[in-house]
Amino acid sequence: MPSHDRPLSPHLQVYQLYRKIAPLLSITHRVTGMLLFVLGTLFVIYWLGAAAYGPESFATAQAVFGSPLGMLVLFGWTVVLMYHLANGIRHLVWDTGREVSNEGVRRTAYAMLASVVGLTVLAWAIGLAVAL
Amino acid sequence: MVEFALPPKSRIKPGKTWPAPQGATKVKTFRIYRWDPDKGGNPTLDTFHIDLDDCGPMVLDALIKIKNEIDPTLTFRRSCREGICGSCAMNIDTDNTLACLKPIEEVKGTVDIYPLPHMSVVKDLVPDLTHIYAQYELIEPWMKTDTPAPTSGERLQSPEEREKLDGLWECVLCFCCSTSCPSYWWNADRYLGPAILLQAARWVFDSRDEATEERLDMLDDPFRLYRCHTIMNCTATCPKGLNPGKAIADLKIAMFERTG
Repeated sequence: MPSHDRPLSPHLQVYQLYRKIAPLLSITHRVTGMLLFVLGTLFVIYWLGAAAYGPESFATAQAVFGSPLGMLVLFGWTVVLMYHLANGIRHLVWDTGREVSNEGVRRTAYAMLASVVGLTVLAWAIGLAVAL
Repeated sequence: MVEFALPPKSRIKPGKTWPAPQGATKVKTFRIYRWDPDKGGNPTLDTFHIDLDDCGPMVLDALIKIKNEIDPTLTFRRSCREGICGSCAMNIDTDNTLACLKPIEEVKGTVDIYPLPHMSVVKDLVPDLTHIYAQYELIEPWMKTDTPAPTSGERLQSPEEREKLDGLWECVLCFCCSTSCPSYWWNADRYLGPAILLQAARWVFDSRDEATEERLDMLDDPFRLYRCHTIMNCTATCPKGLNPGKAIADLKIAMFERTG
């Protein structure tokens, strides 16, 4: 029997997940998932609530989302959405047994990040084209 | 349970610094995790200076030199010094690897050495492997058959069947992968972790084994197999260049295919 209680060896303190691409993208997937759920739900409730309340409050909600700050937040939310979408597809590819290797992780990481940029730009280009 | 910080008594305090060798031109600094069960208290980080002109090329050579010449109480596991026994697994320069296969020159600056992450420490760099060996026993890592052995001799495999075991049989059970996995850190009580799942795959995909269904039944559990979220730290860290992440993916596919 040990004469003193054994310590727990350091984990996050020494492993430095943020310096390694595979775990960094993995934890980002979880964070974006939570942001999508929390922010997305709040935005939709506010927007639909305002619409149900009347034309004036709906106009206010539209002005909030249409303001520079509102647009910036929505842009950030689009990036978060596209990240979770693209990385979710990356997970589906892995579930078929493909690209499950060190090289595969890197390859699909770059493809995923490039499609996040592409999809975000595309979404906003379409959105602005329709709005203007 | 997810706990990001270390328990108060596990937090690392500054330790002893040993003097640098006299007249050495190529000095490398090593910081090594120390904890002595007879003294108790918090673990410490001791600093050693090694003359690389008078030391072998691998991190294990430096550890043996420290134990022989500076501090004989430094405790670590080692045996074969050529990456086949899996004893000297530890966290070196933020990655889990075998000290005998890690060249000192690969580490820029100070060489930081800790025990395998998120394990109960027996002494210094020696983690308690009781639990993970119990998990190994759970997967029954031996050939299970119902049919009698052929009278002509061994149970035969085609070259193709034998090939399915490549990348699985080479595992030396050093547990670098399991202790690099955040899922295993937080759920080791119920999740089997990459090392044990790779071993499970080694028997599931063995054409001679006749307990495939029974083995998959045992793994068909929200925790035992499915706590793997394809983080892929395991494959990135394996000192033998194996791919535990792929072994787990293949197990998940086998699980899916048998449900039809």
